[in-house]
Amino acid sequence: MDFPFMDERLLQIDAKVRQGSRLSKEDGICIYTTQDLMGLGRIADYARQARHGKKAYYVYNQHLNYTNICKNKCKFCAYAKDDGDTGAYAWSMEEIEKRLTDRIDEPVSELHIVGGLNENLDFDYFIDLLKTVKRVRPSAAVKAFTCVEIDYLSTLSGLSLEETVARLKEAGLDMMPGGGAEVLNARIHDALFPKKIGHDRWLKIVKTVHNAGIKTNATLLYGHIETIEERVDHLISLREIQDETRGFSAFIPLAFHSQNTELDDLPPTTAADDLKNVAAARLMLDNFDHIKAYWVMIGESLAQVALNFGADDLDGTIIEERITHTAGARSAKGLTREEMENMIRSAGFEPVQRDSFYNPVTGHDCRE
Amino acid sequence: MPIDNTIKKIDARQRIDKNEALELFRHTDLLTLGTMANQHRFQHHAEKTVTYVKDRNINYTNVCVSGCRFCAFFAKPGDQNAYILTKDELGDKIRETIELGGTQILLQGGMHPDLAIDFYVDMLRFIKANYDIHIHGFSPPEIHFIAEKSNRSIQETIAVLKEAGLSSIPGGGAEILCDDIRHQASPQKCNTETWLDVMRQAHLQGMRSSATMMFGHLEQDVHIVEHMARIRELQDETGGFTAFIPWTFQPGNTKISVRKKTSAEYLKVLALSRVFLDNIDNIQASWVTQGDKIAQVALFFGANDMGSTMIEENVVASAGVDFMMTEKELRRLIDTAGFAPRQRDCYYTLI
Repeated sequence: MDFPFMDERLLQIDAKVRQGSRLSKEDGICIYTTQDLMGLGRIADYARQARHGKKAYYVYNQHLNYTNICKNKCKFCAYAKDDGDTGAYAWSMEEIEKRLTDRIDEPVSELHIVGGLNENLDFDYFIDLLKTVKRVRPSAAVKAFTCVEIDYLSTLSGLSLEETVARLKEAGLDMMPGGGAEVLNARIHDALFPKKIGHDRWLKIVKTVHNAGIKTNATLLYGHIETIEERVDHLISLREIQDETRGFSAFIPLAFHSQNTELDDLPPTTAADDLKNVAAARLMLDNFDHIKAYWVMIGESLAQVALNFGADDLDGTIIEERITHTAGARSAKGLTREEMENMIRSAGFEPVQRDSFYNPVTGHDCRE
Repeated sequence: MPIDNTIKKIDARQRIDKNEALELFRHTDLLTLGTMANQHRFQHHAEKTVTYVKDRNINYTNVCVSGCRFCAFFAKPGDQNAYILTKDELGDKIRETIELGGTQILLQGGMHPDLAIDFYVDMLRFIKANYDIHIHGFSPPEIHFIAEKSNRSIQETIAVLKEAGLSSIPGGGAEILCDDIRHQASPQKCNTETWLDVMRQAHLQGMRSSATMMFGHLEQDVHIVEHMARIRELQDETGGFTAFIPWTFQPGNTKISVRKKTSAEYLKVLALSRVFLDNIDNIQASWVTQGDKIAQVALFFGANDMGSTMIEENVVASAGVDFMMTEKELRRLIDTAGFAPRQRDCYYTLI
């Protein structure tokens, strides 16, 4: 049976979603401000099930953070170090190879590779990095480098953006993660990450990458100084790019963790806000297939609940997550496939182990 | 579809029976059950208020002969870590509680073989003589144990404890009110009838109590429904239960090796309890076992109370779960979920 909405403003949103009409900026603001969380969940779940039924995806992946030395020094980051600081590192090819071979018996199908902007590394390092990974793990997809890193690599290479991307693709780059956009907004950029590329450059890079046939994810870092309107504008910007390029694979709302950052007086995000971000993404981003509940940031328990609020993907089993844990995340550093499947099943969904491109991985074995 | 009839019944605020509850639990998705629970929550409490109490758990002894397989807290008599709190220690804890704005203590302990009713009477009198604080204490297994040790009836034991200063009884030790399960999980603890009888006698003597359910160990869904049915039945008879508090078994450091129940499973049971227990006003979220995020979500799945700030908690912490919560953080969770946080007393009266 149909249940009434406690917030009548949701009626109009529900009607639009059922008709397949696009939601407006005002609708987006309503989604974020409603207190009828269950009503919002039902609309988001409708949209989610229209696309994916009861399927819930996850990937068996491994994270490699090749360096924590970074010249950008964003205020929300607890991970970056200066060269020479205690704990500062950059992995050599031997170290990267060792991390891969240590896990070579596991059915890793995706390598998630991101790092800082380290001035000691040259463009060849990145080409070597991709080639090494492809040599050691030829069957795994390499999902590497945010747009921020791509911008930096294009300065290192001395080549055009297009040529830089082509070289990386040739060396083994299969797809790109979504980080680094944070919030596409000049005010927030200037306040929190002034050294990082801004809105226009991010758009240019992501479009270039999409045009080169490389899919990327997209993210929103929420829970710091951004307003609701700025969140909605960010989602609408992503929706417009997607209309143009169709290059986005998944969207991942990223909950800000303040511990050990310059913004450590900010409280953690709340569950209600985390779930609204998932629902808002599902409903506003009508041209995105996949919405991820990133358990590293919102915790395993809430990520499971988020499957009912619009998410269709729990991201990865993830081995050795470092960046969010440096900022105080209390989630596990990795989940086993059994834990992942139990989470999905006990929430009433059907687990589908996928590769980076959402093809089901059959036989639970993708070893070389 | 029989399930649709059940959903219509719930929507019309009609009571559902055990079979209907079981069907609902098995065949309804989380959001549907949660939505119904949320509606019922607002039927019981039209105001957008969420309550909490400021109290401290005081475990007067950890010595226990019950040997429950799900427990990571107890010590055997003579163990190195065995303790009984002295009056000084007890006094310090209560003074601290009052200084921190606490209004009650949750006074519970193990089934200590060397303690008889005089010890408990003395402890209650000592507290009442020195401190102005509500004593919420002694779950039914303790009261049953005290009665047995002292050769008194349950009725008499409750009367003596009440006279000495006991004000209300916590609903602990219920675990799952099905003897099949109790015999496996906590064979030395009082059986279902006794647990219910302690509560009945207490209610008849004008004391209120809460009711709890610990699930996720050896029971199946049918036992969860049975448990709720027994509570509802007694509530029809006495009206003495203030609240129902379901929580999940924490398998760390215990003798029961099972996979911990997930948050979705917890929320589903919580929601079912709200729609099934139509005669109990308050349903409490368990941040101690679920953490702050799921406790906040629980406010949309039937819960209208956040439980206690718990100045001290030892039992769940022994099983390796150590969520911490300040009053400020508890209020923030309630507030950011769109509810007004309100401190309450043991009877759910706003302070």
